[in-house]
Amino acid sequence: MSIVMLKDVKKSFDKLQVLKGVSFSVAPGEVMALIGASGSGKSTALRCIDRLELIDSGEIVVCGHRVNDPQLDLRKLRLDVGIVFQSYNLFPHLTIEENITLAPRSVKKISRAQAREIALASLAKVGLSEKAQNYPEQLSGGQQQRAAIARSLAMEPKVMLFDEVTSALDPKLTGEVLKVIEALAASGITMIMVTHEMNFARRIADKVIFMHQGYVHESGSTDILTSPRTSELREFIGDELH
Amino acid sequence: MTTAINPGHLQFLLTGAFWTLILSLMAFLGGGAGGFLVALGRTSPFRLLRILAAVYVQIVQGTPLLIILFLIYFGLPSLGFSISPLLAAGVSLTIYVSAYLGEIWRGCLESVPKAQWEAAECLALSRTQRLFKVILPQAIRIATPPTVGFSVQIIKNTSLTSVVGFVELTRAGQLINNSIFEPFLIYIIVASIYFCLCFPVSAFSQRLERSGAARLRALKAVSA
Ligand SMILES: Nc1ncnc2c1ncn2[C@@H]1O[C@H](COP(=O)(O)OP(=O)(O)OP(=O)(O)O)[C@@H](O)[C@H]1O
Ligand SMILES: [Mg+2]
Repeated sequence: MSIVMLKDVKKSFDKLQVLKGVSFSVAPGEVMALIGASGSGKSTALRCIDRLELIDSGEIVVCGHRVNDPQLDLRKLRLDVGIVFQSYNLFPHLTIEENITLAPRSVKKISRAQAREIALASLAKVGLSEKAQNYPEQLSGGQQQRAAIARSLAMEPKVMLFDEVTSALDPKLTGEVLKVIEALAASGITMIMVTHEMNFARRIADKVIFMHQGYVHESGSTDILTSPRTSELREFIGDELH
Repeated sequence: MTTAINPGHLQFLLTGAFWTLILSLMAFLGGGAGGFLVALGRTSPFRLLRILAAVYVQIVQGTPLLIILFLIYFGLPSLGFSISPLLAAGVSLTIYVSAYLGEIWRGCLESVPKAQWEAAECLALSRTQRLFKVILPQAIRIATPPTVGFSVQIIKNTSLTSVVGFVELTRAGQLINNSIFEPFLIYIIVASIYFCLCFPVSAFSQRLERSGAARLRALKAVSA
């Protein structure tokens, strides 16, 4: 049984077809790295999984939810899926702790004290316990991104989606965020991460999907990163290394 | 038959100023409530609501306040609804203010980045929760300086209600002038009282804008 399954997914923006028949699946506990050149449709694929975009045809099933079904209970889907973006998107008017407790309290109706406990536990996981009472603007980019991860984790999703979560950070801050994600991967949570960090993908991914011009061009174990079968992937990896 | 201005006149003017304040408050509260609905309508996911709110704004903004006042005060009684000058003035100002504040607030709602809506959506918050817990608190901060600034316009525009016979500050000045005919002196006093009502508000608005700009600069410095 897979936790995330895409079958022949097509998606266009106006006349531009971005996904031209994408299929892949992720098993429970698996860490999947989604790589590919800019514009190849990686973000779009992730957004379709969380139904931030509607697909034109094909099928997506996430934790048993048929994502393209008009009858879908969006709330249940969002409870099962956590997503973290490149731009953190913390709520600037709330402290870090309030950012994290907001959804458990208002969606899951958890008591204030219990939500606070959950928040502190998930902040501890990302190494930010001492920043609970700060506002997002008082944190560095790397800290904000870790707080965003903690906010997602506090909802205990079954699958986490990461979209280039380190692209806005300088190398020093990138490291601290990657460390958090690596620990998460080791904890057994299912995740799909779009990343340009090839070495990182090689280290923690179970499976790699290479997207090229709207298709899954190559997929397999992390071995394809060292010995790509197609010239497109070879070229892409070459570009990423330089 | 003209006599000099006396303390009684001043007191009459101050009473007028009091009614100007009451009227401004009515306009602000009524118009604020209406404006909130207009802003929600203009940004609603439902097309029909968006259209209704946009049509309302266009019609009100395209009609002089004076005509709205005439319609309510003279027009409604001719249809069989009698209405006091105070109520007519309050209702007219409410209509006028709701359209303008609605547009100001719509802009503020829309200036909260779409990513904030999306982040809240991904955390499974309902649309109402997203609006009230994530978007509105941010929009209110953005909206405060222009809203306070617009309050000055409200105070000044209440003077138009003098034409339907409501005795606020302007009308009080007119009445005194009718009896003692000292227009320059009287209207200078009236103008100074308006200034005293408006100045604190506009000074406050400017301070809010400055501190907002300073906060924005500080934010940019942090993220740079
Ligand atoms: N909302 C949208 N409206 C129109 N076009 C869009 C939209 N979102 C994405 N696109 C287009 O779809 C294509 C794929 O975009 P996508 O963001 O999925 O690429 P990506 O693989 O994530 O690239 P990157 O590595 O730069 O993030 C791009 O050409 C982009 O311009
Ligand atoms: Mg992308």
